Amino acid sequence: MRHTRTVATIVIGLALIGAGCGEREQTDTPETLRLIAHESFAAEVDETTFAPFTDETGIEVEVIASDDAGTLVNQAVLSKDNPLADVLFGVDDTFLSRALDEGIFTAYESAHIETVDPDLAHPESMVTPIDYGDVCFNYDKEWFAESGLAVPDSLDQLTDEAYAGLVTVEHPATSSPGLAFMLATIDTFGEERWLDWWSEMKAAGIDIAPDWDTAYYGEFTRYGGPSPIVMSYASSPPAEVIFAEEPLDEAPTGVIEAGCYRQVEYAGILEGTPYPESAGQLIDFMLSVAFQEGIPLTWFVYPANADAQLPPEFVEHTTIPDHPTRMPSERIAENRDEWIDQWVAVMEG
Amino acid sequence: MRRRVRWGWVAMAAIPTLFIGYFFVYPLVRILALGLSELSIGTDGVESRLLRVGWFTVWQAVVSTILTFIAAAPLTWAVSRYEFPGRRLAMGLVTVPFVLPTVVVGTAFVALGWQESIGAILAAHVFFNVAVVVRTVSTLWSRIDPRLLDAARVLGASETEVFRRVTLPLLRPALAAAGSIVLLFTFTSFGVVLILGGYQYATLEVEIYRQAVDLFDLPLAAALAIVQLVGVSAALWWYSRYQERTAVAWTLERGSNRMRPARRTRVGVAVAVIGTLAVLGIPLGVLVGRSLSGPFYRALLTDDRVVGDPLAAVGNSLRFAVVAMAVATVVGLLAATVIASRKGRVSRWFDLTLMLPLGTSAVTIGFGFILALDRPVDLRASVWLVPIAHALVAVPFVVRTTVPTLRAIPEETRQAAAVLGAGPFRVWREIDLPIVSRAALVGAGFAFVISLGEFGATSFIARPNSTTIPTMIFRLLSRPGEVSFGMAMALSVGLAVITAAVVMAIDRARIGELGTF
Amino acid sequence: MLQVSNLDVVIEGKPILTDVDLEVADSEIVAVLGPSGSGKSTLLRAIAGLVEPADGEVRWDGSSLNGVPAHRRGFGLMFQGYALFPHMTVAGNVGFGLRMAGSGEVTTDVEAALDRVGLAGFGPRRIESLSGGEQQRVALARTLAPNPRLVMLDEPLGALDRNLRQKLVVDTRAILEERGVTAIVVTHDRDEAVAMSDRLAIMREGTIAQSGRLEDILADPADEWVTAFLG
Repeated sequence: MRHTRTVATIVIGLALIGAGCGEREQTDTPETLRLIAHESFAAEVDETTFAPFTDETGIEVEVIASDDAGTLVNQAVLSKDNPLADVLFGVDDTFLSRALDEGIFTAYESAHIETVDPDLAHPESMVTPIDYGDVCFNYDKEWFAESGLAVPDSLDQLTDEAYAGLVTVEHPATSSPGLAFMLATIDTFGEERWLDWWSEMKAAGIDIAPDWDTAYYGEFTRYGGPSPIVMSYASSPPAEVIFAEEPLDEAPTGVIEAGCYRQVEYAGILEGTPYPESAGQLIDFMLSVAFQEGIPLTWFVYPANADAQLPPEFVEHTTIPDHPTRMPSERIAENRDEWIDQWVAVMEG
Repeated sequence: MRRRVRWGWVAMAAIPTLFIGYFFVYPLVRILALGLSELSIGTDGVESRLLRVGWFTVWQAVVSTILTFIAAAPLTWAVSRYEFPGRRLAMGLVTVPFVLPTVVVGTAFVALGWQESIGAILAAHVFFNVAVVVRTVSTLWSRIDPRLLDAARVLGASETEVFRRVTLPLLRPALAAAGSIVLLFTFTSFGVVLILGGYQYATLEVEIYRQAVDLFDLPLAAALAIVQLVGVSAALWWYSRYQERTAVAWTLERGSNRMRPARRTRVGVAVAVIGTLAVLGIPLGVLVGRSLSGPFYRALLTDDRVVGDPLAAVGNSLRFAVVAMAVATVVGLLAATVIASRKGRVSRWFDLTLMLPLGTSAVTIGFGFILALDRPVDLRASVWLVPIAHALVAVPFVVRTTVPTLRAIPEETRQAAAVLGAGPFRVWREIDLPIVSRAALVGAGFAFVISLGEFGATSFIARPNSTTIPTMIFRLLSRPGEVSFGMAMALSVGLAVITAAVVMAIDRARIGELGTF
Repeated sequence: MLQVSNLDVVIEGKPILTDVDLEVADSEIVAVLGPSGSGKSTLLRAIAGLVEPADGEVRWDGSSLNGVPAHRRGFGLMFQGYALFPHMTVAGNVGFGLRMAGSGEVTTDVEAALDRVGLAGFGPRRIESLSGGEQQRVALARTLAPNPRLVMLDEPLGALDRNLRQKLVVDTRAILEERGVTAIVVTHDRDEAVAMSDRLAIMREGTIAQSGRLEDILADPADEWVTAFLG
C-alpha cells in the first residue's frame, strides 16, 4: 500500500510540475505577450523595461531568453508550427535571410518607421530595425600617448611594420564581432583583395582571439594584455567611462573609424501568433522614443529611431563612424561559410 | 512471487524511464528525425574536416581523461586514506573548478598566457574534472576494509603490490565510473575548446553547434550528432559490461576507514594536498586577485545600475539547484536500484540511456526540446525546463556514485529483511536507501553544483528570463569597463565560495548521518 | 505443521534440490544434516520463499505457500553469516521484524528479546562493535523477536569457536524449546544436529537420504553413504 502511495505521490508531483504552465486562453487581446530575445538583451530586462507598455495596453510582456542570434533564429524556425513567442527580437543581418527564407515572420509596418534611417529598414517590412551597433577597432589612448606612435586611420596602415604585433581581432567563426570585421574587410577591399590584406596582417603578427571577452579583457593593453588595438564596439569607450572605478573626464579608449561594420538588430512578429495586433503594438513601443532613449545605456547600442536623444556619454566619448560598411543579408548567408574557410586557410593554413 | 518482484521493479523503473524518455529520448528522436529527413549524402569537402574533427574529439578526450587521473591520484589517495585537519576544506576547494563558468576560467587561463594551444585545452579539462575523480573514487576507497590490505601485507605483498593487486582491483568500479564521466565530459567539450582552442581544434560538439546554429545545416548537424551518439554509446556499452563483470560484492565497511597519517606519511599527505590545491589554485588565484583590484564586492551589493539584483540571481541559482538536485537524486536513485538489481541486457540498456545525456551535444538536446515539448503541455519555455536539463546531466552522477555501493550490498541482507516481513519496496527503503544514502549524497552534491555553475547546456534552451549567477557573470563579462570586469570576477569568486560551502556542508551532513546509522 | 513435498529447485540450469520431502510437526525441531553443497541452505531458502521451486510444494497447516512472497510467510530465517543490517544498531536489527509487523510495542519487545539471548542492554550498540558470539545472539534474537510460526537456522554456530559453540548449542536449544517453536536447524556437524534437534533429516546431493532419530537411523541406515557420513 505504502508502495503505491509513494509512487502515486511522485507521479502526481511530476504531473503538477507540468500543469504549472498551462496554455493561454484565446482572446483578441492577450494578458501576456511573449517576446523571445537573445541573452544579451534578455539579461538587461527588468520589471521597469516594459512597464510603460503594460500601463498603456494592459498587456504584460514575458521575455524568453535564448542564447545568441543564431540560436534564437534556429529556435524560432524549429517552433514555427507552434510559435514559442509572439515577437522575436535580436535577429541581425547575419541570420536575417535565413529567418526570412523559413518564413518565420509576418510583415508589419510600424507606426514609427518614418523615424528610422531608410538604410536600416527592411524593404518589405518583414522585420523592424530596433537598434544598431558599430563594430570598430578600439585603441588604448594611454599606450599611444606613451609610445608616441600615431593612431592608425586606415586598414592599410595596420599592415605597416610599426603596428606589427599590436592588433587583436576575434575569430570570424566563433565570434560575432570577428565575423563583422571579416565582412568589413571584404566590403572594403573587395573579394579579390581582402585575403591579401589578411595575409599581410598575418605576417605582421595579428592576434586572433576566440571571442570578444578574451580579446578585450585578455589581450587589450588596458587590461594588462599585449595589444593596444582591439576589435570591439563604437560604444565601448562610453562604457569605459560609465563603468570606470573612478569618475573619468575622458574615455581611456578611442575608436578608429576605418574598418567599422554596422550590425542592425531587428524585431519581427512571429508567423502564427494569435495576437498579431498586440504584437505590432509591442514593436511600436520598442521603436518609440521613450524606449529607444533607454537603449544606449542599457544595451550599449544605438537607437534606430533618429528622434531619440543620445545620452551625454555617447555624445562626448565616442564617434559614430560616417561610412560604416554593411552587407546585404543574402550575400552573407550565401558566402559566409566559404569566406570563413578561405580566411581559415590563409590565417591558420 | 516472481510477478510481485517484477511489479516492484517496473514501478521503480517507471519514473526514471518516463523522465529520460520524455525529456531526452523523445526530443532527441524528433530532432534527429527532422535532420535526417532532409539529409543528402555526399557534401563535398566536408569529409576530411569531419574526419579530423572526429579524430581530435576522441584523442583529446582520452588524453584529457588519462591526465585527469594522473593529476587527481595524489589528492585522491590522501583524502581517501587519511583523516587530517582541513580534509573537508580540501574536498570543498577541489570541487570549485568544476562549477566555474568556462568563460571565467578561459580569461584566467589567457591571463596566464595559456591560450589557443592543445596544451591549454588539456590543462583546462584536467582543471575542471579533477573533482570528479577525487570525489567518486574516494567515496569507495575510504571504505575498503583495512583488514584486506593487512591480509595482503601478511602474505608478503609490498605496499606497491598491495595497491596494485588489492586496492586497485577493488576500486575498479569507481575508477570506471569516474573515467566514464570525465571521458563523456571531455568528449562533448564545448566552451573550453572554443575559447582555448580556437577554430583549428574543433570537437564534434563545436562542429555540431557550427553546422546547426551558424550554418543552419540541420541535416549535417544531425548526422554529426548521430556519429557522436554512436561513439558515446559504444564507449558506454563497453563500460557497463566491464562494470558488471568487475563488480564484486565485497562487504563495504559501514563507516570510512581514514586514519591519522603516521609521521612518515604526513609529509606525503601534505605534499599531495597542498601541491594539488596549489596547482588548481593558480587560475583561481588570478581570479581572486582580479576581483580584489577594486571595490568590486561592495559594488556587487550596492550598484544596482550595473547589475540588477545579485542577491536575486543567487536566490534563483540556489532554487534551480535545489530542484535539479531533488529531481536528479530521485530519478538517479530509482534508476540505480533498477540497474543494480538486474544484470543483463535490459538493465544495461537502461544504464546506457541514462548516461547518454552527458555525451549528447547540448545543441541537439536544446533544439529537441523546442521541437518536442509543446504537447501535452507547452514546456518549451517553462521555468522547470532549466532544472530538468540540469538534472538530465546530473542523473548519471547519482547513478554512477550509487550503483557500485548498491551492487556491494550482499543479497542476503535484503533477503533477511524480506524474511522479517519487509515487502520489496520496504526492503529498498530500509536497506538499500540508508546504505546507499551516503554515496547518493555525493551524487546529489554533484547535481547541486552542476546546476549552480551550468551555463553551456542551458544556453540552447528557450527559458524564462530569470537571472542566475552564471548568466549574470556572462552579462557583466560581455560589457566593457573596469567595473563590469571586476564585478564579473568578484561574482565568480562568490560562486566559488558558495560551491565550496555547499560541498562542505554536504560532506558534513554525511558525517552527521553516520551517527543515526 | 510444515510440509514440503516433491520439491525441485533449479538454479541457473543446475538442479540443486530434487524431489525433497520433509515434514516438521508443530513444536518439533528438525535438524537438516549434510555435507557442504548438499543443498541444505537452498532448502531453507525455498521454504522461506526466497527461491522459487521449479516443481513441488511447500505447505503450512495444509495450505500451499506457492506464490506467497517471503515477507508474507511469517517464517523466520537466521542466515549463515547472520546478515545483520550494518547500518542499524542492535535494537534496530532486533526490532526490524516487529516494525514490519506494525507492532506498537517495539521497544519493550526488543528489550525482552535481547534479554532472552543474554544481551540485555545491548540495544544501542553498533553491529561492528560486537564479537562473533554476540552477533550470533543478535541474529537469533532478531529471528525470534516477531514470533515466527517457523524458525529456520542456517548453520547457526558455523563461524564460532568450539567452546562458544558448545555453550550456544545448549542456549539455542533452550531458547527454542522454551517457546515451543517449530524449527529447522541446518548444520554439517552431527553432534550439533543431535544436540539441537528432536529428529534428523540427512541430505545428500539435493535429496533427503534418510530421516528419523539418530539411533533409528544408525540402527537401520538407508545405505552405506549414510553410515559413513554419520560414522
